[in-house]
Amino acid sequence: MKQIVRVAAGQGFWGDDLDAPRRQVEGGPIDYLMLDYLAEVTMSILQKQKERDPSLGYARDFIGAIESVLPGILEQGVRVVANAGGVNPRSCAAAVKAVAEKHGAKGKLRIGVVTGDDLLDRLDVLIAGGHNLGNMDTGEPLSTVRDKVLSANAYIGSEPIVEALANGANVVITGRSTDTALTMAPLRHEFGWNAKDWDTLAAGIVAGHIIECGAQCSGGNCLYDWQSVPDLADVGYPMVEGSADGSFVVTKHPATGGRVTVQTITEQLVYEMGDPRSYITPDVVADFTTIKLTPDGENRVRVSGVKGRPPTDKLKVSVAYQAGFKAVGTLVYAWPDALEKAKLADRVLRERLDRLGLRFDRILTEFVGANATHGPLAGDQTNAPEVQLRFGVRGSDRSAVERFTREIAPLVLNGPPSVTGFAGGRPKVEEIVAYWPALIDKSVVRTSVEMIQ
Amino acid sequence: MKVRLVDIAHARSGDKGDTANIGLIALRPQWYELLAQRVTRERVAEHFRGMIEGEVERYELPNLSALNFLLHGALDGGGTLSLKTDAQGKVYSTALLRMTLDVSDAEAKRLGLPAMS
Repeated sequence: MKQIVRVAAGQGFWGDDLDAPRRQVEGGPIDYLMLDYLAEVTMSILQKQKERDPSLGYARDFIGAIESVLPGILEQGVRVVANAGGVNPRSCAAAVKAVAEKHGAKGKLRIGVVTGDDLLDRLDVLIAGGHNLGNMDTGEPLSTVRDKVLSANAYIGSEPIVEALANGANVVITGRSTDTALTMAPLRHEFGWNAKDWDTLAAGIVAGHIIECGAQCSGGNCLYDWQSVPDLADVGYPMVEGSADGSFVVTKHPATGGRVTVQTITEQLVYEMGDPRSYITPDVVADFTTIKLTPDGENRVRVSGVKGRPPTDKLKVSVAYQAGFKAVGTLVYAWPDALEKAKLADRVLRERLDRLGLRFDRILTEFVGANATHGPLAGDQTNAPEVQLRFGVRGSDRSAVERFTREIAPLVLNGPPSVTGFAGGRPKVEEIVAYWPALIDKSVVRTSVEMIQ
Repeated sequence: MKVRLVDIAHARSGDKGDTANIGLIALRPQWYELLAQRVTRERVAEHFRGMIEGEVERYELPNLSALNFLLHGALDGGGTLSLKTDAQGKVYSTALLRMTLDVSDAEAKRLGLPAMS
């Protein structure tokens, strides 16, 4: 058994720095490269791509990532674990295989493909079987939006990834695996943690939570002493050096920018946190109030003491559904009385929409530069040098939203003075794909692992 | 004297649906107790009155010198439904740091708190 297993994060979301995976492999020794591509609504975007072309529906950035780290996989033995499969892990694997062959590595990759998270084709049977997939926030049953559903995936845990690694995979591709399992599974595989080693499993989950957002734990988006964080243009992505007892060190490669300190790690630990005693995953419930952070030298933080307990008998399900249309228009008003001018423009715009008989589910006005992010807490802004009027509408009628987008530009000549910032043209109508979180009995979700040579 | 949270704490926020979370972290471990005693659930709900529609929950993480607040109904529906600039609650954290605490001079001295600049 290895004493230390290094798992490096190379992607925190789909759209992250394309060069980060290669920098993680070339910047120093690592054992695993963990790539997280899936945010809450990513699956629905991928589902739409698959509907247009059945060979798509996965994070295509991943193919370039594999291409860039192929020498690392083949020569240094780095293994890659990614949820890049989206709604089409098999096609993703085929594309990885093709790119390896293009580089003369035919037959040298062992690709493990994890499936079983995709519930879209089973939805009606599940609903008929009494699984109402109620919205975790509102309690409404899924049947209320059933005809608008675009994708439905269960968040799956570490088991199938561990199985793929045990089968010798050097690339593991999953669909909607939890972000944290991508880090925990390699540690579990290497150290042989069993399914009831709650504390070590929970420690692996904490490791995953820390590095799943890439550089957001290593100096990026860090408020603490932000002025002094070095060289963000070459920010070092994080890695964990895991030990068999579950403790680990978070660090980054030498000679990279950013910073790893107790403060940068703490900010990431509290990010998107709910009840810290119950961080629920398919494998274990981790207790974040047991985490102990200790400085361990420059750009090194030791994490220990993590406690866990058995998971629930449910899995979280991410459903994406069509929820109407929206558009946001903006105009900028200048001093003097910038805010008052923007407020008059808002009133004029609302009256115009009213006269046109346009109805929306929601209209929201913000005055950027005065109250958009801090509301009334920002205090008096009557002397602001400029204020941006930001006016948004949302509704189920596309034509009404479309009509609204034509009401912004006329305000430049017809409304309050000292207005600019309209060069971008008419606002764009956006189709809203909304997120519906639900729970389902674990027993109905069966994952499987295929090996592709 | 008055002490601003921005001078004694740092913070990060994020979202889960229509709920924003704010992790508030003491800049020095010895200031955590002050945060835990004074930055109550009620105080935070009052601070954000008019900005959020639902309840506020508070959790304590003394191991990280941190408090975690959940602000329900804070994001105009949240995610892609929201029309807000800060649809994912990324900067709610900084709005909390505007809060000021009244602290006795003796306590401020004992804790070495920075005076409001």
